[in-house]
Formats: sequence, structure tokens, C-alpha cells
Amino acid sequence: MFSYKAVYVIVMREFKRFFRQRGRFIVSMVRPLIWLFIVGAGFTKIIDVGEGADYIQFILPGIVGMTILFSSIFSTISVVWDREFGFLREMLVAPVSRVTIVVGKLLSGTALAVFQGTLLLFIAPILGLDVGVTDFLAMIFLMTMLALAITALGLFVAPFLTSLEGFNVIMNFIVLPMFFLSGALFPISAIPRAIRFLSFINPLSYGVDSFKHVLLPAGGRLTPEMPIVLDIAVIAVFAIIMTFSAAIVFDKKK
Amino acid sequence: MSENNSIIKVRGLVKKYNGVEAVRGVSFDVYSGEIFGFLGPNGAGKTTTINILCTLLGYDSGSVAVNGFDCRKSSHEVRSSIGLVFQEITLDNQLTAYENLKFHSYMYNMERKTTKIRIEELLEVVGLTARRNDLVREFSGGMKRRLEVARGLLHRPKVLFLDEPTLGLDPQTRKHVWSFIEKTRKKFGNTVFMTTHYMEEADVCGRVAIIDNGKIIACDSPEELKKSMKGETIYLKTADNERAARELKEKFKLEAKVIDGGLSFNVAGGEKFIPRLFEGMGVEINSISLKRPSLEDVFIHLTGREIREETASPRSRTRGPGGPRGMGRGRG
Ligand SMILES: Nc1ncnc2c1ncn2[C@@H]1O[C@H](COP(=O)(O)OP(=O)(O)OP(=O)(O)O)[C@@H](O)[C@H]1O
Ligand SMILES: [Mg+2]
Repeated sequence: MFSYKAVYVIVMREFKRFFRQRGRFIVSMVRPLIWLFIVGAGFTKIIDVGEGADYIQFILPGIVGMTILFSSIFSTISVVWDREFGFLREMLVAPVSRVTIVVGKLLSGTALAVFQGTLLLFIAPILGLDVGVTDFLAMIFLMTMLALAITALGLFVAPFLTSLEGFNVIMNFIVLPMFFLSGALFPISAIPRAIRFLSFINPLSYGVDSFKHVLLPAGGRLTPEMPIVLDIAVIAVFAIIMTFSAAIVFDKKK
Repeated sequence: MSENNSIIKVRGLVKKYNGVEAVRGVSFDVYSGEIFGFLGPNGAGKTTTINILCTLLGYDSGSVAVNGFDCRKSSHEVRSSIGLVFQEITLDNQLTAYENLKFHSYMYNMERKTTKIRIEELLEVVGLTARRNDLVREFSGGMKRRLEVARGLLHRPKVLFLDEPTLGLDPQTRKHVWSFIEKTRKKFGNTVFMTTHYMEEADVCGRVAIIDNGKIIACDSPEELKKSMKGETIYLKTADNERAARELKEKFKLEAKVIDGGLSFNVAGGEKFIPRLFEGMGVEINSISLKRPSLEDVFIHLTGREIREETASPRSRTRGPGGPRGMGRGRG
């Protein structure tokens, strides 16, 4: 049986945990700043991206994408964690359907990711990017789409991970390549032809591209590379497929 | 009590893990309102059975019903009727005691008003009112257990399942946990289904099923099970066990089992028998002890071995006549 109350309390729990794990909170806030103000600022000095945008401005959409990626994938840990520490069983034995639990985890992962992405948006003016109210709302919408898609991906993977060690493997072999191949730090057109297809099967590429549409001024060499309609369509389809897959796998494997 | 009073009904339950049978055709009834114990050594199939009853695990054949609902077809209704305390701790360490209970109340769709009253009431019963706003991370093992039992009871389940609720607790805390499982049962009138491999704990049960190797080998009240043992158990250490066993057989018609370097046998009127034993035996007796039958003895009798091979050897019962469980105690 589906229970809204259960979804609500699962989401509340994840938020409480997020704010109580000081370290996790600080890392998630500081990591994007390191990328922006150390890596980004450094490369701005040596990379000439032509008129339009500075390099540091160019990577803001990518860093927002990264924040969402890391935060959403963290909901994978939260499931593996709950299993390791037994709390998952407390949820599984409750009279709510498995789908309820998946939806709870999906919404909490998404909300936390969007929350962090939104905080990051407030940096845009410091970088000289002009983000108006409509842009802001558009970003919230796009970030929610991407966060849903990636959280669902994480939830789909979680049941296959038997321990927290497995998560390290995922982190290094899936998450980091996803980030580097997404066009976050350099355009997809700059990626070697032989592996460029990896960028195109990477959902994050479409998310980052959609952010570029909203955040970056037109012109220059570092503009979006795909139509926004395609970005949204791909992410939506990916999110839907992953959500259903996650629900099915979760029900089968727990 | 009659069959139609049973709140749990299990018939011919078989569960295989990768083709190997962990539960091998188990049948039993648990009656409404009683404390029913599942007693057995490690790997006997206790947790497996509990998980099946709680719909967390499927099974291969047989039928299982809890509160009148089939565990396979009506898993939702079953889950609404039960509370569960797992073998491992399943609290959220980063939430407070109160928050853990509150989470539970939402998962069980409880009304806000009753929730508040019940949480306070249960925290009082388990003695955690003062610690309600502390993170569970800071709790001791015993406190966590008590909180879990409170949580298991929060939604007023018809049946409370307890899988080794006192595992890893010190004897004092174990007693404490039991006393309020009793207390809460009296207060709320729920049925309790529990597993343990501490034989002495099974004495709180109205009835126990002894399970070994996936099979129930006895099922009755602790008193009846002990009565079936007839007489007392005498444990004997001698200079020559083989000869002693032979003499016991020839002179007293007693079958002795060799356990841990000594002999053990049952005899009616054990206290009066001991002097006769000293007179009649040609072998030198090093130590002797007498014990009223415990469930452990029932288990040894039925299976021919101890429930906890590694920890509770007869050695601990026979530190010579002056030992804690030596001769003198038999009369007490
Ligand atoms: N997930 C599993 N996969 C394979 N075998 C399992 C699994 N769970 C349990 N078993 C096996 O089933 C048997 C019964 O295990 P179970 O956990 O039910 O025992 P138990 O009576 O609860 O023991 P304990 O006192 O140690 O908790 C054991 O032989 C165990 O190895
Ligand atoms: Mg067990």
C-alpha cells in the first residue's frame, strides 16, 4: 500500500541526517567552491575562451551538475548504509509498499541535491553571471529533472551493492568518469572522438548542457552543444526508465 | 487452549537456501496472548522462521498464517498485525530516541494524537523518558534494546516478534529486558513470539518449541518438558570413566553419556542416590554434581549434545564439590 505519510517521514529523516552529519554537509558545500575558485580561477588565467564567457563562468553549470551528481549518488549510500546498519529492515517490515520506500528515497535524494545546487546558484552573480528570476526558476526545474534521473540511477544500483566497499568502486568507475565526460570542464566536442559516445550516453551531459542554456550568455566558444529540447527529453526518459527499474529491482532484491 | 485460538499457524514449512534446507518441515501453533519461545542453537533456523512469519522472506512449501492472514497472499495485513525486534539493532543512530519512535509511527500510519501519548507511555515503561532527546548513537546496548522493544510495541501489534532480544547483553540487563517484555505483555495483551539460545531464558515462555537443524524436536511448556526428563541429572568425574560407566550399568542399570571428560546420567531421587553411588562404585570419584533438569538438559537429552558447545560445557558446573553449582546446591 502506498503511504504519503511514510514518504514524508523518510524524506524528513534524510534531511535530518544530512544536517546532522556536519562533515558531509561541509564537504558538499566546499567541494564545488574548490572547483570554482581554485581550478576554475586558475584555468581562467591561461585559457582564452574567446568573447562571451570566462572559463570560470563556463564551468559553473558543470559544477552545479557535479554537485547534483554527487549529492544524488549519495542516496545510493544511504540505501546501502541503511541495509548495513539494519534500518532498511525496519522500513521493509512496515505495512507500506516497497514503492513507497523507493519514492521516499527518490524524493529525499532529489530534494537534497536541488537544495545544494540552489545554494550554489547564489554564487553566479559573484562570477559576473546574470541570473534573473525566470532563469532561477528554470534552473530549479532543470536541476530537479537531473537530480531525479541520477537519484533513480543510484537507487537502481544500490541493491546490487552488498557493502559500502562496492560504493568506492562505483564512485571511481562510474561517477568520476560521468563528471569528466559530461562537458562540465571542457566541451564535449573536445573529447577524443573514440570515447565521445560515452558522453552521449551520459545523462549528466544533457543536464549540464541544459544548465548552460540558462546560465551562460550566448556567443563564445563555450556555449551549449545540444538543443535544450533534446536535453530535457533525454533526461525525462532516463529518469522515468530508471525510476521504474529502481522500483522493480528494489522489490526483487531489497 | 484450542486450535481456533491460534494467532500463528505454521504447517509443513520448508525453506531452502540455494537448494539446502534450512527449515525442514516445521509445524506449530502459537496461541493468542501467550509467550511462545523458539529455542535452538546457532544456525537452527530460528531467524529464518521469524523472517518468513514477518513476510520478509519467501518459503518453498507449507503454509504460514499470522493473525488469520496468509503470509504470502496477504503480506500487507500480516505486517500491519505484527511488531518486530530483529536480532541485530535496527535503530537509526543519528536520530534521537523520540525521533526513532516518531518515524515508526508515521510508517504505521498512526494518528498524531495517540502517537504522542503512546510514545510517552512507552518511554516511561522502558525507562528512557529522561533520554528521549538523546541521539541513539550515545545509547548502551541495553538501552537500544529497550528502545527497540518500545518501538515494536508502539503500534500495538497483535504479535510481537523478538529475535534473540537479549543477545550480547550482560545478565543483569537481560533480566531487565525480560521483566519489561513481561510487563508490556501484561499491559497490552499482545502475543509474544521469541527466539533465544539462552536456555534459562526460555523459562519465561508459556510454551517452547525446541528446534534443531531446521526441525522441531519438542514443543510443550517448560515444566512439561522438564518433567519428561524424570529425576535429576548427575554429572560425575572419575579416575576411569569407562569402568565407571560399566559399573553404573551393571550395578544400577543406568545408561551414562560421556560428556566433556565426565559421565552424565539421569536418576530419580538423585539426592538419595549419591550415597549409594559412593558405596557401590569401585572407581575413585573425583567430583560429583547434581542438577534439577533444566531445558538445557532436555535439549542434551533430545539431541545428544549441548546447545552452546563452545561456551557452556559441563566443566562450568563442576568445579569440584565446592563449586558454584556443586553438590550442595541440589538440595536447595
Ligand atoms: N541468506 C542466507 N543464505 C544462505 N544460507 C542462509 C542464509 N541465512 C541463513 N542461512 C542458513 O540457514 C540456516 C539457519 O539460519 P538461521 O539464521 O535461521 O539460524 P538461527 O537459528 O537464527 O541461528 P542464530 O542463533 O545464529 O541466529 C543456517 O545454516 C544458515 O547458514
Ligand atoms: Mg538468528
